[in-house]
Amino acid sequence: MYVVICGGGKVGWNLARELIEKDHEVTLIEQDRRRYLIIEEELEHAVQYGDATELWILERAGIQRADLVIAVTGDDEDNILICQIAKEKYLCERTIARVNNPRNLQHFELLGIQPAVSATDLILRLIEHEVPQYGLVHLLDLPAERLEIIEIEVTPDAPAASRRVQDIDIPDGSLIISVLRAGEGFVPKADTVIHAGDEVLLVLDPGLEDAITAQFAPNGGAPRAG
Amino acid sequence: MRRVFVLIVGAGRVGSSVAKAALAAGHEVSVLDEDPLSHERLDSGQPTSWEDAGGRFTVGTALEMDALLEAGIEEADVFVASTNGDNTNLVIAQIAQKRFGIGRVIARVLDPARAAWYAEQGLETICPTQFAITEFERALGVGG
Repeated sequence: MYVVICGGGKVGWNLARELIEKDHEVTLIEQDRRRYLIIEEELEHAVQYGDATELWILERAGIQRADLVIAVTGDDEDNILICQIAKEKYLCERTIARVNNPRNLQHFELLGIQPAVSATDLILRLIEHEVPQYGLVHLLDLPAERLEIIEIEVTPDAPAASRRVQDIDIPDGSLIISVLRAGEGFVPKADTVIHAGDEVLLVLDPGLEDAITAQFAPNGGAPRAG
Repeated sequence: MRRVFVLIVGAGRVGSSVAKAALAAGHEVSVLDEDPLSHERLDSGQPTSWEDAGGRFTVGTALEMDALLEAGIEEADVFVASTNGDNTNLVIAQIAQKRFGIGRVIARVLDPARAAWYAEQGLETICPTQFAITEFERALGVGG
């Protein structure tokens, strides 16, 4: 695979290193002269000097034949532009963009830049998973497929507590797929009784979160001890 | 000329001059810039302050949705992207077009190659560099 990586920061440089290790052909573009010289000592011809939002720089890097363009500069506008140009001008089918400020994610989406990866968002998700402030945690969102998987801890005052799965009033378009109890997970049957303190995994259509929360953690759920 | 609402993002030399001209021509003008001091450029050479003359000024960065809304992007008839960053201008111009459906969107793009390509894609771009190149070529009697 031929990969063009735009931006030689920590992310870009390490990506280049890993991809080269996996025998891919890589060109890394870095616009800061000093940074470029440092990287060049290691990557040699695999790094080029220049502004990756300039068309001739991209062309010099061979963007026309790139299988994948990765835009990981520290500037969200630049990353949007690079991916947009790669796709629409150079007909590169696969791009990956880094989102520096999660608030800018909406701009990436508006302009059809995807996947757009935000490290801040990923870490936030992990924090929510480790220390949920709210009862409901998103484990997986597939907006295009209109599907999500969530985890929720059953509170003692929940309608679902001490009830059999078949008696719990969950909306159409949702399904309990797993229960974590005392550190162990299992797939519940219709007659499995759900206890307070259980962590329940559900697959659901987007938009059903409120109905689910009402059944399993109506008062938001207490923050779990670390 | 019909009175329109012009939103100008980026109050540098270009943006502030265009803002003053548009206000003087009787249009409603709102200016957004991340630097509060850029307000001085709007006041300079004017008998009254920018606000007293009827202009609006908002401090905020161009990509910030809250700032764009505060500056009145939802009501804008004309959107001018004149920050000092080509890519910022190209991105916010597309936001103005695609998210807010603004009828007339103009972006300043210094790089002639990017200006030309985005113009082909249907974005109105103004490229000061291309003007300079053309003028120099004419002065030297070379080129087209």
